[in-house]
Amino acid sequence: MRHVERVMGTVFSFDLRHEPSEELHAALRGAVALLHQVDAVFSTYRVDSPVSRLGRGEITLAECPREVAEVLALCEEAAAVSVGYFTGAPGGRLDPSGVVKGWAVERASALLRAAGATRHCVNGGGDVRVSGEPEPGRPWRVGVADPCRPGELATVVSGRDLAVATSGTAERGPHILNPHTGAPATGLVSVTVVAETLTRADAMATAAFAMGAAARDWAERQPGLEAFAVAPSGATWWTGGFLRYGLVEPAQVPKPML
Amino acid sequence: MRRATFAVLATAAGLILLLSFKPHDVASADRPPAAIAPATAPSAQDGSVASGSDSGSSGGDSGTRAGGSGSSSGGSGSSTGSRTVTGDAVDTRWGPVQVRITVAGGQITAVDAVVVPDANPRDREINSVAVPILTQEALAAQSARIDTVSGATYTSEGYTGSLQSALDKAGL
Repeated sequence: MRHVERVMGTVFSFDLRHEPSEELHAALRGAVALLHQVDAVFSTYRVDSPVSRLGRGEITLAECPREVAEVLALCEEAAAVSVGYFTGAPGGRLDPSGVVKGWAVERASALLRAAGATRHCVNGGGDVRVSGEPEPGRPWRVGVADPCRPGELATVVSGRDLAVATSGTAERGPHILNPHTGAPATGLVSVTVVAETLTRADAMATAAFAMGAAARDWAERQPGLEAFAVAPSGATWWTGGFLRYGLVEPAQVPKPML
Repeated sequence: MRRATFAVLATAAGLILLLSFKPHDVASADRPPAAIAPATAPSAQDGSVASGSDSGSSGGDSGTRAGGSGSSSGGSGSSTGSRTVTGDAVDTRWGPVQVRITVAGGQITAVDAVVVPDANPRDREINSVAVPILTQEALAAQSARIDTVSGATYTSEGYTGSLQSALDKAGL
């Protein structure tokens, strides 16, 4: 079962490796509805969203839907573990977007799983959560887009029950600010984070991108987190454990001879 | 064909040595051992370990604990005409390395690490096991048989024409 949904200013792809059933259709509808509901609450592009109103001081946190407090807590946590390179208020304005998408995909994935769709992939604008395996005995294969060569892959992450998030300038230009300087982060072209949940992977990819080159040592120290990055020079680096999921520096891989 | 397969196996193992250990190899002048022992090959090919161009140092973690990955993907060739060849485990100073390649129609369709050194206990925290080491050819979107694409967040417009868009269409 496949479904593509445009929401939150991007496109979400659902890939359920199950025979269609009424239950799963209902679960899929529920997951899609959830994304729209999250957008209505958290969008900073909608002037009347609770988060926009909270940011302007028109309402209090207590007056917001309960999940706003949950997301703001996630933002604080992300800021703490990333030494302030993640922020829920870039440029001083309340904007928890860096957490919202990954968190929403994670919730959608959990909803599908609870409905019995244990083999699925949810891709929210390039941030991916996979559940189970696509077919018995085979892991999901998540291609990581090469930021320097459109249409090609920089690496492939493979596994079950994991999340892959990528932050970079390839699609939207330098849009991630280094919170410590206020200037756009330019130390990396792209960084991909693998973690157990997309809530974490998404926020940490944003933080790592803002960190630039320093993200390498930082990522090595984060338990349960692996990273792969492309530097402006085109050089790549990855954390030691990344090799458990993904691989490859294409330029160094000789063509096989058969 | 048989000989070539082993050559590839050796190369694949060499690559894994190269790529897997590059981050740990910075402090040492040693090159990773090129010891390759294909399953039934009479003599091992050179592992063709090139020196990496990786710059900068990794954050340490040069652990040496060996650990078999529990259940890496798949068994032997499931589709017609495809077969797998698994090399012997090669002991390195970082632990045993073992690779398996899948060949179908004269093409490598997969290179998987069956056993890789389990350097970091935290690696096991994420509930996943397989580490396919893909060849350059396999990295092309089609032959890599990818299910989805992770990339910098695209806009609705950017999605059109993206690899993910193609995958969504193909699956419909």
